[in-house]
Amino acid sequence: MIFLQLFYSFFLIGIFTLGGGYASLSLIQEQIVEKNNWLTSSEYVDLIAISQMTPGPIALNAATFVGQTTAGFAGSISATLGYVTPSFIIVITLAYFIKKSKNKEAIDIMLDTLRPSVTALIMISGFGMAFTSILNISFEIIEIIKIKSIDIVSLLIFTFSFFLIKKFKLNPIYIIIFSGILGIIVYKLFK
Amino acid sequence: MTKLNYKNKKLKLHLQLFLSTLYLSSVTFGGGYVIISFMKKIFVEKHNWLTEDEMLDITTLAQSSPGSIAINASVLVGYKMAGITGAFVTVLGTVAPPLFIISFISIIYSKFSQNENVKFVLKGMNSGVSAVIIDVSTSMFKKIKKSFFSYTIFFSSFLLVFLLNIDVKIIIISSIILGLARFFIFKKNNERSLK
Repeated sequence: MIFLQLFYSFFLIGIFTLGGGYASLSLIQEQIVEKNNWLTSSEYVDLIAISQMTPGPIALNAATFVGQTTAGFAGSISATLGYVTPSFIIVITLAYFIKKSKNKEAIDIMLDTLRPSVTALIMISGFGMAFTSILNISFEIIEIIKIKSIDIVSLLIFTFSFFLIKKFKLNPIYIIIFSGILGIIVYKLFK
Repeated sequence: MTKLNYKNKKLKLHLQLFLSTLYLSSVTFGGGYVIISFMKKIFVEKHNWLTEDEMLDITTLAQSSPGSIAINASVLVGYKMAGITGAFVTVLGTVAPPLFIISFISIIYSKFSQNENVKFVLKGMNSGVSAVIIDVSTSMFKKIKKSFFSYTIFFSSFLLVFLLNIDVKIIIISSIILGLARFFIFKKNNERSLK
């Protein structure tokens, strides 16, 4: 049943997202694109762009989007519930048991160990998205060899956005709006 | 205080919690850390519902638990102030805005995503988003503790997922196990040095 599947997939995403929203990207892709084929990889990248411009956590936006496109509003509610449930249970249990700073060392060591792997996962998502939009390939590791064509415009927008972020530390929303505007102008010109 | 009065007060608190998180969730763009600083403004500075220390504890716990920081933090705030029902109410407030906004957008998206102009805009945005995410990861990389151990974890997770397409969940679980092992070794060493 689709509602249960949505709930279950996002429940898994909820459990294994550690270290903030961006860390959920690779999990979302695995569940939504690779395992269940609910979105194509280009729809997935569109979704990430959209959710960067709207309020709310990425994973929550993804839950609503995927739920809505596969099973309507009831679908988005089941996916959202699935994502929120583990948080709810785990956080309250922890809050109940952890008595303040006593276990701070445990948390510190835990985060210290998790951070490098979470960073690696986020970096892979970033590269994956860049490859999808610049190289016209799907983000299937083995297929990287089969590059169909290089999208020069995407490469330029990517490089320019990266430069803007590094140089001026602009808010991501402005970067994305700006690259969208740049997209329509440049692609129209070079069509 | 009469019973009715108490009930009214409780209802009012729940309503306030709902409205505050609803507001927070509809105006905060850009991830969990932003929402936490807004939360601090509303719950600590404006209403004095929580102390600075309590908010700090909530932040630490929200960051180190699974899920989104924004959701974890609102569960904790609700729970702290009004128990389980409070947590329900704050989660509802946090979830509602994205639920309605994205539902609406996804309907528009499925209608217009094949439109040429929309395609161009989205294509441009995709390049921008990948730049944003790579930037997030490189600045996180700089914050990793500079040790052989951290770099080994980083590069092995990177290569395992990127080249061998290993399940992301396995990477997370192994890191958790590794973290627990490190903590117990640390604790053992501490106890020994105390003796």
